[in-house]
Amino acid sequence: MNLDSLSRTSGEWLRGTGPESDIVISGRIRLARNLAAFPFTNRANAYQKTEIEALLRDRIGKLELDPRLEYINLVNLSTIDRQFLVERQLISRELASADGPRGVALMDKETVSLMVNEEDHLRLQVMRSGFALDEAWQDIDRVDDLLEQRVSYAFHEDFGYLTACPTNVGTGMRASVMLHLPALVWTKQIEKVFRALQKINLAVRGLYGEGSRPAGDFYQISNQVTLGKSETTILGEIRDVIPQIISYERQAREALLREGRQALQDKISRAKGTLSSATMMTSEETMDLLSSVRLGVNLRLLDDINISTLNELFIHTQPAHLQKLMGASLDGEERNAARAQYLRTRLREGDANPN
Amino acid sequence: MKCQSCSNEATVHLTSIIDGQKTEKHLCSVCAEQQHAIQHQELNLPAILHNLIGQHVGQLTDELARLTCPACGMGYMEFRAEGRLGCPHDYSVFRAGLEPLLQRIHRSERHVGKTPRHRARHARQEADLLALRQQLKHAIEEEAYEEAARLRDLLRIKEASDESGQPESY
Repeated sequence: MNLDSLSRTSGEWLRGTGPESDIVISGRIRLARNLAAFPFTNRANAYQKTEIEALLRDRIGKLELDPRLEYINLVNLSTIDRQFLVERQLISRELASADGPRGVALMDKETVSLMVNEEDHLRLQVMRSGFALDEAWQDIDRVDDLLEQRVSYAFHEDFGYLTACPTNVGTGMRASVMLHLPALVWTKQIEKVFRALQKINLAVRGLYGEGSRPAGDFYQISNQVTLGKSETTILGEIRDVIPQIISYERQAREALLREGRQALQDKISRAKGTLSSATMMTSEETMDLLSSVRLGVNLRLLDDINISTLNELFIHTQPAHLQKLMGASLDGEERNAARAQYLRTRLREGDANPN
Repeated sequence: MKCQSCSNEATVHLTSIIDGQKTEKHLCSVCAEQQHAIQHQELNLPAILHNLIGQHVGQLTDELARLTCPACGMGYMEFRAEGRLGCPHDYSVFRAGLEPLLQRIHRSERHVGKTPRHRARHARQEADLLALRQQLKHAIEEEAYEEAARLRDLLRIKEASDESGQPESY
């Protein structure tokens, strides 16, 4: 797979299509699976990790999937390329920075990725643009079924699919929905939403998962519990709560328009102004300003930027994407200058071709 | 009781023992905040998990502490320290310690949901293979290559014989 050609597109999760796509960015399901006759990754030595990788790589290669999966050995990949895959949400930060033999099998549409030798031997992931968890489940369930015919999964009658960490045991499933919630952040209601979600055992995380800050007002809502509830029940619980959050966000947007339209318009125009004229931009500031502009476009306060261009800018301005687009390895300062220049160019194109 | 720093009602009562010296502080919430008497700790998942694992073994600890998985060699105390299990067989070996923990994390100790349709071997056979694999690992580490070769061949034979009609299963 040519990673450089991927870098010019926005990837599945920021494609920006699908139901409720102004607020729901994407849905993702991840399944944790382990081989029955091997120690878990953290207890396997280099030789055993090599065996696990070779075995899974072989079996994954034999899966009858269309389009076929392509396997990438992560050890041979540069740090920038690994970071690039993290930015596209195709591998976890843990897998990118882990030691020893490991890899990922990807489908060229970037909807399916199978991570090998993560904390568990295998992490299957399916991602869908917009609010489409059911379709994501159908996809991942099928890939899991196909693999199960070729490998012997660690499974226990009482405890379900066995995982290295007891927080994942049972279904081994983590389903998450990524939401863009700028109005709830601006109106300071987001904490209230989080507390309500925690009460019903749902977790809230930032853009790049555990421990990451909620850059660009993107939040991931996911299930905590993996044992004692079926996959269907867990998905149903998430599916039921998302429309409520969407409606809170819409109410907050209306309230902003009603009670502070001028201040809102000003904030959004300033964000766009800074993005199209600054000469040094950090990744964080870019995310925050793009979030304002995205809200402006969705509220029709700005009409000269295409939403898909905007979604693309969120990912293209990430450090590894930027360096791949520039075709050079850049240090922090150089990146900030290159990022600002890239933003100026892209936003000027937008002015020339309004949608 | 009044706050020691101002005259408001004290709502924060701190007792600290440093080098055997016990000191008490009584403060109102505003003064406590100003004096950083209350430490706001960040949410630390591994620490919480570690705590949970510790809390819920209770009197069983002694018995559990002696447990070691025959397949992967992990001890129960090692699991407590690391928060990660060593191999699938640990779930059976540490069952008594794990069930209360699972109850705390998931409010359940039994799986509901998807079940594999194809299962090549019994859990017992998987554990035997795993144990053999660990022996092989140790033989290689100790550079006992003849023993390693013997174990490798044994592992291959066992894998092949267990597969009974499912050539691709592993």
